Amino acid sequence: MDIASFNLMRNELILVGIVLILLIAEIFTKNENKHKLISMGTILFGVATLINFLPLPEGQLFGGSFQTTRITVFMKSILNMGGFIVFLQSFTWLKREENNGKIGEFFILIISTLIGMNFMISSGDFLMMYIGLELATIPMAALAAYEKFSEKSAEAGIKLILTSALSSGILLYGLSFIYGTTGSIYFADVVSNVGNNSLQTFGFVFFVAGMAFKISLVPFHLWTADVYEGAPVNVTAYLSVVSKGAAVFIFMIILYRVFSSITAVWEPLLYTLAVATMTIGNLFALRQENLKRFMAFSSIAQAGFILLGIMQGGQLGMTTVVYFMLIYVFTNLAAFGVISAISEQTGKENISDYTSLYKTNPKLSLILLLSMFSLAGIPPVAGFFGKFFLFTAAGAKGYYILVLIAVLNATVSLYYYLRVVKAMLIDKSDNPIATFKTPWPMRISLLICVAGIFFIGFASFIYQYISNISFGIN
Amino acid sequence: MNYSLTILILLIPFATFLFNGLVGMKFKPIVSGLIGTIGLGVITLLAYLTAWQYFFVDGMVGGSFPKVIAMSMEWLRLTDALRIQIGILLDPISVMMLVVITTVSFMVHIYSLGYMKGEKGFERFFSFLSLFSFSMLGLVIATNIFQMYIFWELVGVSSFLLIGFYYSKDSAVAASKKAFIVTRFADLGFLIGILLLSYFTQTFDFKVLTGTDQSIFAQTAGVSFLGMSVMTWAALLIFMGGAGKSAMFPLHIWLPDAMEGPTPVSALIHAATMVVAGVFLVARMFPVFYFQAPDALTVISYVGGFTSLFAAAIACTQYDIKRVLAFSTLSQIGYMMLALGVSGYGGHEGVGYMASMFHLFNHAMFKALLFLGAGSIIHAVHSNVMQDMGGLRKYLPITHITFLIACLTIAGVPFLSAFFSKDEILVAAYEHNKLLFAVEFLVAGLTAFYMFRLYFNIFWGKETHYHHTPHESPKTMTIPLMILALGSVFAGYIPFSKLVTSDSMPFESHMDFGIAIPSVLIGLTGILIAWILYKKESKIPERISKSLGGFYQAVYHKFYIDEVYMFITKKIIFNCIARPVAWFDRHIVDGTMNGIGWITVTSSRNIKGMQSGNLPQYGMVFVLSAIILVLIFSFLI
Repeated sequence: MDIASFNLMRNELILVGIVLILLIAEIFTKNENKHKLISMGTILFGVATLINFLPLPEGQLFGGSFQTTRITVFMKSILNMGGFIVFLQSFTWLKREENNGKIGEFFILIISTLIGMNFMISSGDFLMMYIGLELATIPMAALAAYEKFSEKSAEAGIKLILTSALSSGILLYGLSFIYGTTGSIYFADVVSNVGNNSLQTFGFVFFVAGMAFKISLVPFHLWTADVYEGAPVNVTAYLSVVSKGAAVFIFMIILYRVFSSITAVWEPLLYTLAVATMTIGNLFALRQENLKRFMAFSSIAQAGFILLGIMQGGQLGMTTVVYFMLIYVFTNLAAFGVISAISEQTGKENISDYTSLYKTNPKLSLILLLSMFSLAGIPPVAGFFGKFFLFTAAGAKGYYILVLIAVLNATVSLYYYLRVVKAMLIDKSDNPIATFKTPWPMRISLLICVAGIFFIGFASFIYQYISNISFGIN
Repeated sequence: MNYSLTILILLIPFATFLFNGLVGMKFKPIVSGLIGTIGLGVITLLAYLTAWQYFFVDGMVGGSFPKVIAMSMEWLRLTDALRIQIGILLDPISVMMLVVITTVSFMVHIYSLGYMKGEKGFERFFSFLSLFSFSMLGLVIATNIFQMYIFWELVGVSSFLLIGFYYSKDSAVAASKKAFIVTRFADLGFLIGILLLSYFTQTFDFKVLTGTDQSIFAQTAGVSFLGMSVMTWAALLIFMGGAGKSAMFPLHIWLPDAMEGPTPVSALIHAATMVVAGVFLVARMFPVFYFQAPDALTVISYVGGFTSLFAAAIACTQYDIKRVLAFSTLSQIGYMMLALGVSGYGGHEGVGYMASMFHLFNHAMFKALLFLGAGSIIHAVHSNVMQDMGGLRKYLPITHITFLIACLTIAGVPFLSAFFSKDEILVAAYEHNKLLFAVEFLVAGLTAFYMFRLYFNIFWGKETHYHHTPHESPKTMTIPLMILALGSVFAGYIPFSKLVTSDSMPFESHMDFGIAIPSVLIGLTGILIAWILYKKESKIPERISKSLGGFYQAVYHKFYIDEVYMFITKKIIFNCIARPVAWFDRHIVDGTMNGIGWITVTSSRNIKGMQSGNLPQYGMVFVLSAIILVLIFSFLI
């Protein structure tokens, strides 16, 4: 192992570097110049995001604990892009008076979670995966409680840390059974020892429960709405896209690489979770008034759809899931960008506040409309393709009933996504949100998202590329 | 053999959509109107050139019209076998549809320049019209079912936007939502149908699916579900999508409400083009239906037949002129579906297919004319309701004449276009299913009756006191009316049996006088009844008083006949058939749809308690769920 092979950890090392630079910069910046940290952090992170697009050889470090493959690099790029967009969207919010002393914190905490997620995705054993998972979770709780004088934000932080402690406990408990029955924590060794053993199944189900918490699958989703609602908008955006994405990726990788021999166990398990998640998520989303809660349940329902792709089990399954997540990043962040811009300007976060938004802020409302259409899966925006391929993947495996339930749910979801559209475009209000100008970083972020929503669906080379680098259960 | 310019037919409307949508508001409204209209004019010309080249310059290859792939590129590779192309497919029906869509759309564009003048959102209207034209054209030239589905949904979105154009009107908003949700519900079936079909045949491609090689269906043999073969399921589900767009019973409920949109939109989308997308879909997949799922075809014929009768009965009771036309559209589309359903494949057997396409073509002309005429009338009197009209023939001479031509056409008066196509449909029905023939025969009479009821009520009858004298619409509105009137008269002379047939091979079709004469007679009877009841309705009291002398007997007799007709139509037909049918429609069919919504909302209210915000409870649910899952999966499996 020479120094050059550390190149495999390129993204992680650069992110650690950025954290250190920001820590030092924070110390040497005068109070009145603190806001410069925002641009600095964003630019540095943007550069890191770009660097990660450069090709990287495949390989492993630390005796297989850390593995780099082309698909993991691509997954990290998706997460990086999500992080970058969230940074752009946070500019105005961070410039507020009360946030002045903790701008550096925001960047450091978010980048730390990203480092955790990166290690988690690249992990080659359960220990590395668990450490990554915790590193991705604990700063998250601090972020949720970022607005520490807001009661709701503090509550969100406490709820997140307590429930994730519980879920980590369950996850570890499950992993200990797997270790006990297979005698190893290395994925490569565990896979050959996984078999039809009820202790193992026991451990496995607990492992799934722990992961299901991170992805917010029903019935492990209860924390989601409260935390999403309480946390600052930009943190919620990050939670719903990047955090969730990372958990989906590692869950899929472990299922495919480690538990490939017991598909007979996890397929019915995921089947149950998928049906429950799609249906319950949708039913709750129908009646939400607060947009952040609304997005929480919408993201739960979307997670149910993702399971359809995972269940396919082959290369097609992984391709469709990664592709869906890529689209989901742009789609969801477009919605959160608009919500954040409006919340920043007016403090309003309810659907009813959005009535007649089209008249006063046509561009913002059109972006939100696009995003809602994409979430609902209406062609020709990218969300349709993402969903269609997930359905195709499940259909190819022969899960017709599941696809039928999913399509029905997608139709029901149309109802609540259109509710937002209806409020903005159609309902009349005597007192609509006044016309305002969005700051330029927000504009850039929304532009990126809109370009993504339109472009990815039609850019078939992206799909082909993901398909080439994906793997499945052989 | 060069169709490289056909791509412009798609690109131009897309460009005008982008222009009007993004920067249109920066210019004077008329600029965006003209850009949209000129763009449409250019592609109309291109479509005619394409049709000319396809049918008459290149013509047939080996005795039949070929399926030409004018452009194609691979877009996605799902699995090695299952690939998605994106491209342009030219065959008789897609070329015919290009002509229909561009013609009607061009007319509607010109007409809207006058009709929408001064409306708020003029440029928005034109950008939506361009978007619609783009998606509808993309739908008909799709090379594969996936591409078609994308444009299919895009058509739905643009229709949603256009119905809800008057977004300050609550009813318009409700209607646009209803239309979108009902058709989306239908598309759910379509999507599953596509997945089923592609899974079993490993292809999306129309050329392969409808080709002569039937081996691609080998995998479907013996696969069945709930007693129906998998292909029947796939075909029925795909038809469900078509039935939603084409507003077949019981998915028709959105169409009458969709009349809330601006009238030119009703003419373009809800009469001539979008609503026939379902017919087009079945025609496009016809060999698949015919060879692989004949049962589905039977279902289609009955759905079509029932819808046509049902809608015609309702049309007799409506007072809103646009709604009468809407139900009439339903009834005519039912005709087309029925014709496809009873059609065979190849040669004279395929007369139903030919007739259906023929009628689609003619219907586009005369129904667009009727709607645009209705728009001109509404423009003049500012009302949709018949009671506010009457005697308008003096004020709107051009509208009157063109409207009369359209009414005569739809009534099946000889030598106008629909006479030919309706006759062919009746021939096809007569040869395959006598019951459906009888239904269609009856509908032919009803059609003539309600159309002339409409006509007499608007242009004759008692004159209402108008607030200001109605005046004829501007030239931009009357010229499209005249052009479409020419279309309605002469479209029937296009030799469809030589051009658009089920197997793309020409055959000889001839008039069957045994069917044509009775069908003309029943049409004329319908007109006559309408004439007696409505033309002179307001003059009856006057006549009675005049004739009290020697002509008492004759007048009495006439009065008697009037009463009988009144009794038959108003008491028996209206009360015993049409009213219950309308009631059923309003309460049972609508109610079911509302019920589904109610169940969803209620169940979501009931489970709301789960989300209490109470942390210990969350923890308990979490641990309990994990334990329950463990119990299920470690011991039951």
